[in-house]
Order: sequence, then structure tokens, then C-alpha cells
Amino acid sequence: MEEQKANKEGQSEQPHNDTRRDFLKQSSLLTALVLTPPTVFNAAAARLDEKVAEKFEKVPVTLEINRVKQKLSVEPRVTLLDLLREQLNLTGTKKGCDYGQCGACTVHVDGVRVNSCLTFAVMLDGKKITTIEGLAEGDELHPMQQAFIKHDGFQCGYCTPGQIMSAVACVREGHANSEAEIREYMSGNICRCGAYPNIVKAIQEVKNGGQKV
Amino acid sequence: MLSFTLSKANDVAGAVNEVTSKKEANFIAGGTNLLDLMKIDVMTPRHLVDITQLALKTIDGNEAGGLRLGALATNAETAYHNEVEKRYPVLSHAILAGASAQLRNMATDGGNLMQRTRCYYFYDLATPCNKREPGSGCSAINGFNRIHAILGQSEACIATHPSDMCVALAALDAKVNVTGKNGDRTIPFLEFHRLPGDKPELDNNLQPDEIITSIDLPANGFADNFAYIKVRDRASYAFALVSVAAALEMEGDTIKEARLALGGVAHKPWRKPEAEANLKDQKATKGNFQKIAEAYLEGAKGYEHNSFKIELAKRAIVRALSQAAHLEEKEQA
Repeated sequence: MEEQKANKEGQSEQPHNDTRRDFLKQSSLLTALVLTPPTVFNAAAARLDEKVAEKFEKVPVTLEINRVKQKLSVEPRVTLLDLLREQLNLTGTKKGCDYGQCGACTVHVDGVRVNSCLTFAVMLDGKKITTIEGLAEGDELHPMQQAFIKHDGFQCGYCTPGQIMSAVACVREGHANSEAEIREYMSGNICRCGAYPNIVKAIQEVKNGGQKV
Repeated sequence: MLSFTLSKANDVAGAVNEVTSKKEANFIAGGTNLLDLMKIDVMTPRHLVDITQLALKTIDGNEAGGLRLGALATNAETAYHNEVEKRYPVLSHAILAGASAQLRNMATDGGNLMQRTRCYYFYDLATPCNKREPGSGCSAINGFNRIHAILGQSEACIATHPSDMCVALAALDAKVNVTGKNGDRTIPFLEFHRLPGDKPELDNNLQPDEIITSIDLPANGFADNFAYIKVRDRASYAFALVSVAAALEMEGDTIKEARLALGGVAHKPWRKPEAEANLKDQKATKGNFQKIAEAYLEGAKGYEHNSFKIELAKRAIVRALSQAAHLEEKEQA
């Protein structure tokens, strides 16, 4: 297992408005300093820079993402979804509604499907995360990915990563035994294009094919 | 989302201490309702106490010969637990009628009790809502109130409690075990949630320093004669317009005990034990079920968009009780 200790913070910076960003950092630093015991205050006052502000805001967390262990530094309010997309550039996982209503953000945490938009990353210390990027074995697509292509299980494709992650879990859970059961257990994944009949066909093929998922 | 600090609790006492010593602090476990409320600033805790490491995950037998559900057991773990499926199928069915597979994997049993209403106006900061901002008024009473309450509501609030699981727990007469600064206490399920009255900002009777540690199910799970019926706007992944948990203890065709709880109609799971008592020693017939349906909906009040719920609830009650008594199977036999 590869262990990455690279500082991910450098990658996380998006193009931004310096003035606003600086203001936010300074104002949150001031808030932090006001609430800080004197001993810490002295240390912080000695280094009035952005790094200090970040130390106050961020929490260390170790996650294993797609079989790679990563030591990260994350603000408590960052969801797993935003961590994946904004800091780690794993943009396969999609933000649909951001309120747990559409399933586009579905990933596996310790093998169990969850909505990454409703999960704070800092609460997942030590967990194993699998996203759509981690499903294929090298160049070989996962059987569910192949089945979605074969059965045209999408139109615009935006819900597809979540559909596939959910579909894999649906088969693993043993909830893909009939069309009705698949529809019930895939109901947490909404497809605006209405590709449902083909999604069901893809899942049935994988289930009936008996391949290891 | 406003920024906040987060600490991890290692034991129940530590969690209670942490939540009471910090200003504007909340517990967080599954987070499936808290996160969306925080994203739109309806809930704005400045500190969260992460309780997911507490040893409250087990589902095991209790002293009463029933089952104790750890507050941190997930909804999925509970619904698929062997003993729950076998002895308390109405609970298993109710849980699986709610949310999605993903959400049930995340949501905990304690958190299910603590979820907030899905009233549109509660979520909309641009409109008055007495539950969100006491004294500001109720937008639902004269607004879009299709999903709102028909029983036990007040002029201040017509919101409903959204849980399916709680409807089954109400029917089963579960008990909620909590721990606070002053030690432990047990709250009968029907006394856990409250009606809105003039304090709709309070969903339940849990005190600010208290944490749910477990839920006790009594020995009788009504496994032979039960039903959970959920009527909603789409076939899956939608909150109930009306739901019914029905559980019967039968001797032949005679009812020895009846339990009936409604969801989607009130600020709490709705039971009327005095009406249930009238079914004792009665025959399981549609006529008798119709009578209890009328009794349950006595005094119900609908609004512009939800008056249909009154008749819908009556029909759902008759159907659920008929299903619990296996009436249709017997007619076909």
C-alpha cells in the first residue's frame, strides 16, 4: 500500500479573490485569537500569518481513499464530498443536491454506501473510502461500469458515478434479486434523464452474471 | 455553513460534560439531518460533540426479555438484525420504508428520534416559522400545507414528525434510555416527543444536557399480526403523507390486544390507547376496524391542502389492521 504524505493543502487552492479570501482569513484569525488562552495567544501573536489561522481552523485526519492512505488537514465543516472534489481533485463523485436527496454523491465508506454530502470528513478518521475512481482495476473497468455502458444506463451521465457506486452496493447487499427490489434499493439515486429501465438492466446483468463485484 | 469546532467524546459522561460546557453545542452521530440544516443555517451550532466513538452500537437482549437497541446502531443494522426481523418485524418494515439505503446506513437509532420536521417553512429562512424562530408566526397554516398535521396541532405550529421508525416504536411501547448531568432516566416512548402547543421550538422532552443511550423494546413484538403501511407521493424515498403501524395479539379471530400508531399526521407519532382498548375481545372484522379508525380521527382538522389526510388515514388504518389480522388471506382461503 502506497502512503502519500504530500501536503494536499497546496493543491486545494482554487482561483480566488485575494481580497475577500484575505479578509476571511484575517477575521477568522481575530476570532480565534479572541477566544484563545493567553499562552496560545502569545505563540499565535508571534506568527501573525495565514498558517496560524489555518492551524486554528483545520484538523488532521487520515483517510484511505481508493487504497491510498492520505494524511490530510481539513476544516471540520468540510464534507467528504467537498474534500474529494475540491482538495483531492477526485471530481468523479458528483454534487447534485448537496442535501442527501439525489444520491449523486454516493461513495463507499468501509464498504458501505453513504451520501458523502452529509458526512463531515473529519469524522471519518481511519476509514476506507472508495469512490468511482477506485472501482476499476487498472485499465479494466468494474463489471458494473461495463454493464452501464453496454445497457446505456445514462444520458447526461451526471448521476452515473453515484448510480454505479450504489448499484455495486445493491448487488453486494443482496438486494438485486428482482426488478422491483432493485428499484426499491436504488431509490436513493435520482436520474433526471430517466435512464432507470437501463440502469435496472445493467444491475440485473451484473447480478445474474455472478461476477465478483 | 458557519464554522464550528468539533470534539470527539470517549464515553457518555464525557459527551454530556462536553455538550453542557460548550456554548451552542450539539451532539452529532449520523448527521443525516443535522448537516442539511446546518448548510442552510436553520441550525447553527458553534461546537459539535462527535459521539460516534461511544460504545452504544450493540443490539442485545434486555432485562425485560425484549431487545435493547444501542443509540448508535444504524437504522440499517437495526432493520436487518436477526432478532428485530424475527421478533419485531413491524419495526424492521417501518425502518425500511423510510429514507434510502445510503441514509439508513448512516442514520442512527438515537438520531432517528431526534430528526426535525420536514415542514417547508421550517427550512426556509425567508418565511416566518415558530419552530425555527419562536414568535415569528406559522407560514404553513395558510400556506402550502399538504404534508402537515391534522391531529394535535396548535395555532402556533402544524408541523409533523417525519420518522417511520418512531411510528413502529410508538406502537411497540418502546422506552428511551437517556443520561444527563443528574444521571439516567427512562422515558416511555409516547412521552418522548411532544405536541407543539405554544412551544413548537421543542420537538421532544429530552433536556439539553441529556443524550439518548439506548431504546428498549418490550418482550412482545407482535410478530404474528402486524402491518406497516406508508402512503406517500412516490413509491419509495418520500416522507409519509400518512403511515400506520398496526400490531395485534390474536386468539383465533378474537383480538386480545391492539396497537395502532399513525405517522405523518401529527407533531409526534399518534396513538390513542383508549380507542385501542375498545378492540379488546372484539372480532377482527372490517366493521370493527372502521370504528377504531373513526375514533382515531375524531377531532381531526384539515387545512387547505391536507384535508384529504383525514379520510386517507381512516382507510389506511382499516387496511393496516386487516393486513395485520390476515383478513384478506382468510377471505381467499
